[in-house]
Amino acid sequence: MAKLPTPEELVASRPEFPAQSWFDYKPKFEAGSYCYPAQKPTMELMHMPNPHDWDPAADDWNLPENWKEILCDAFADRLAKHRSLKLFMDICVRCGACADKCHFFLGTNDPKNMPVLRVELLRSLYRRDYTLLGKILGKTIGARELDYDIVKELFFYAYQCTECRRCSLFCPYGIDTAEITAIVRELLHEVGLGIHWIMDPVKNCSLTGNHLGIKPHSYKEIVEMLADDCEDIVGIRPKTPFNERGHEILFICPSGDVFADPGIYTFMGYLILFNELDLDYTLSTYASEGGNFGSFTTFNMAKKLNAKMYAEAERLGCKWILGGECGHMWRVINQYMDTYNGPTPAHMQTPVSPITGTVFENAASTKMVHIAEFEADLIKHGKLNLDPSRNDDLVCTWHDSCNPARAMGLLDEPRYVLKHVVNKFYEMPENTIRENTFCCGAGSGLNTEEIMELRMRSGMPRGNALRYVQQKYGVNRMCCVCAIDRATLPPLANYWAPGVTVSGLTELVANALVCKGEPKRTMNLRQEDLPHLDEEEQGE
Amino acid sequence: MYNKTAVIAGIVAFLVICSSPFWCGFSSDSYKKPEIVTQKDKNKECVEDVAFMRAEHMQLLNEWRDQALRNGSRVYVNAKGKKFDISLQNTCLKCHNNYEEFCDKCHKTNNVEPYCWTCHILPKGSK
Amino acid sequence: MLKSLLVVALVAAIAWLGASAGLGSLFGVVLPYVAIAVFLGGVVWRMVYWAKSPVPFAIPTTGGQEKSLDWIKQAKWDCPDTKWGVVKRMILEVFLFRSLFRNMHAEMKPNDAVNGGPRLVYYSSKWLWVFALLFHYCFFLVFFRHFRFFMEPVPACVGFFEMLDGMFQIGAPRFYMTGGLLFCAVLFLLLRRLANPRVRYISLFQDYFPLWLIMGIAGSGICMRYFTKTDITQVKAYIMGLVQFHPISAAGIDPVFFMHVALVSVLLAYFPFSKLTHMAGVFFSPTRNLPCDTRRTRHENPWNPEKNFLTYPEYEDMYREAMADAGLPLDKPLEKKSGE
Repeated sequence: MAKLPTPEELVASRPEFPAQSWFDYKPKFEAGSYCYPAQKPTMELMHMPNPHDWDPAADDWNLPENWKEILCDAFADRLAKHRSLKLFMDICVRCGACADKCHFFLGTNDPKNMPVLRVELLRSLYRRDYTLLGKILGKTIGARELDYDIVKELFFYAYQCTECRRCSLFCPYGIDTAEITAIVRELLHEVGLGIHWIMDPVKNCSLTGNHLGIKPHSYKEIVEMLADDCEDIVGIRPKTPFNERGHEILFICPSGDVFADPGIYTFMGYLILFNELDLDYTLSTYASEGGNFGSFTTFNMAKKLNAKMYAEAERLGCKWILGGECGHMWRVINQYMDTYNGPTPAHMQTPVSPITGTVFENAASTKMVHIAEFEADLIKHGKLNLDPSRNDDLVCTWHDSCNPARAMGLLDEPRYVLKHVVNKFYEMPENTIRENTFCCGAGSGLNTEEIMELRMRSGMPRGNALRYVQQKYGVNRMCCVCAIDRATLPPLANYWAPGVTVSGLTELVANALVCKGEPKRTMNLRQEDLPHLDEEEQGE
Repeated sequence: MYNKTAVIAGIVAFLVICSSPFWCGFSSDSYKKPEIVTQKDKNKECVEDVAFMRAEHMQLLNEWRDQALRNGSRVYVNAKGKKFDISLQNTCLKCHNNYEEFCDKCHKTNNVEPYCWTCHILPKGSK
Repeated sequence: MLKSLLVVALVAAIAWLGASAGLGSLFGVVLPYVAIAVFLGGVVWRMVYWAKSPVPFAIPTTGGQEKSLDWIKQAKWDCPDTKWGVVKRMILEVFLFRSLFRNMHAEMKPNDAVNGGPRLVYYSSKWLWVFALLFHYCFFLVFFRHFRFFMEPVPACVGFFEMLDGMFQIGAPRFYMTGGLLFCAVLFLLLRRLANPRVRYISLFQDYFPLWLIMGIAGSGICMRYFTKTDITQVKAYIMGLVQFHPISAAGIDPVFFMHVALVSVLLAYFPFSKLTHMAGVFFSPTRNLPCDTRRTRHENPWNPEKNFLTYPEYEDMYREAMADAGLPLDKPLEKKSGE
């Protein structure tokens, strides 16, 4: 990996706008500016159209011979399928309100990263083929005919958008670039263009049930190991039910939580919490992925990967599904799942918390509850014995992940939980949180190493805001409910605000949770000494 | 999901609102330009010629008000050098004494509401 | 930018010269009828075109706290979960430009005191919102005031708005604030397009064109009312002739009037084929007009494809042996190998 510039150098190196109009300047495919392409065997295995070997840096992308026809037909097909696409092609007034709302634009100052121009790349083609004036006046009114360079351009910028929807919040017509990016990626997949970092997890997920390709026995083994760690820390071994029939609840979380630091601590948190509640639940090695990289490729792939959830709930006879901490997983669950794979299996019921009796009417159709909602309800009813001083070594801030914030509205539940499990909590500046939140800079499948500098750039707004609370309040922990965040924010924090660590919400809940009959706790889930230990010793 | 009802309702609302003047035009009698009664003595000349008065009378009245009330000057010299007494009551209304048939007709149809009569007394015979 | 100005100037000049040369009925009868027909037909056609594609997914942008637990305060205006709530959200959006009101301006401070280095700072930025609102409302009121020419008798509300509009009783004919403000607001929008390098970079011919057109319309209107004058009694008779489908002669009406009408006609005819359709489009926007109840109510997709995924039996077939070894429950037990 190339050496990163310093934050000061990075900020200063953002170029001015090019002198040429955006029609004339082309993106440069240099190492670090693009993600590695998906491999041909992967694409073949997934029955993706036109799989082929290609190199983004090469002149020739080995596109199928009739690439133009394929793309034009696919575009026509998507227009017929999505009212949003037609509408967003037609009604943009180019007011520019979206421009400096995009973290990619702020970090790169590349005009085509302004959401309006990102969409304009496609809109210019639309104008040429679908509007009367575009046919007559052509370039005068910004219409272009599809050519090879435009395909490259679409690829370049469709993978410099994290589908975070921040622009859609500010757009006076609600034009959602996430929708356009998703559709452009779908179009590109028609001619066999995709990226490795997305297609590989997609392949894994469709073969093993999870993105990381963990096979059932390994999944069990890892979870058992984490349960052992829980026992070392809490003194009680949590139960680990797998693929068991007849439980009330099926629990599904992103596989990243099982596998990667610091997600594993969040996973341990789930185990400890459920054990303490004596929750009637099961895990599944088959539906072992909450996340959905399919949603970064095509709508149908998202549907395919998502289908396992209801299928498994049906097989195991679970009444409802509890979902772990994950961002895009919840975008899919909250806005797509029921449409894709509903209606839910007949025996499933509107979720009811077995501990508090709360009926989750807001999930009456999908029958899936977010763990933050579940925890907030428990705390509100006083069902958890919490000692927030166990997290006193942490000064926390809350990162609203883009999907739960702008595609779900999950803002106050996690804050309520966090405020009950830690004593020190500070918000980042108000224009960078809640519905105004900034993306980690690497969502929607862009959390890959080869574009690390780009990630630091796109994460600049989030990084700056984090550094602000770090310097002002001594914040040393950024908390979030997103597995991609837990993977992408540590390097981002390390770059923009070194010293800040990242964790999920449930990790901190489990730290503070005083379990029934547990011996005196001396370690947190990361097996670091708890604060106040010295004081207590002195006191004794 | 096509939201057919909402879309159709929207289209109908758009058409009805945007074409409302035409519908109203159908239902009312065909419009006639108002015929005004100018004055009895056809030989008498107004302070300025007809074209000027038609276009600029409101401005002239405004100027007269300012001259008479704010500057205390009550003499108006017209384009031909003829002098007139600046007075709505004694100069204008002396000839144009049929308020309803002269002033009101055009003002009403063009929805003009002059504020002459907030100070001046409406010429008699009209309310 | 200059090209679009040129086109507008050309339209104005042709209409003015044409009307002066006695072609008033072309610019005053044929053009407006055609324009209105194109406008009405075009906008309806555009709406039907949009409506032909389904809304496959419920994708509202949640602009605040969702409706979840009873004791968590929902952002009712920005994240509505009911139909009536959506209506309120749309009213805010359409009448008050709620989303644009959120606008802020990001500025890089290279040496922020707190950060000890670069920091992006966000300032409230309401200018675009103020002028956009001003522009749309003034345009609407100016148009609405014109109903005194379109209708007989003139509806009372038109008089009411005229009264408000001319409240300060400046000059005679009374100065209408909306006319002046409309002109200023369009000027602001134009200058913003030119002065802001980002907006300038994204601006196309069709972004300047309507601005020039509206400037021309407002300018010629203001000109007729306050400066060059035209016989409005004749104008009203003329327009009522159009409205009642028996046009009368254009004689005696100033050519500026026909210029005004020609510019309005061009705007109307251009409307359905341009970004101006945002007027109708905003109502169709799926990120705004759908309730945020996506887990409570199922949204149907008419082209939802068949389910096609790795089923559990297939999965178990792939891993049965390893699963059995790991002690994971199986639906179909492992067949004992012969000889065991």
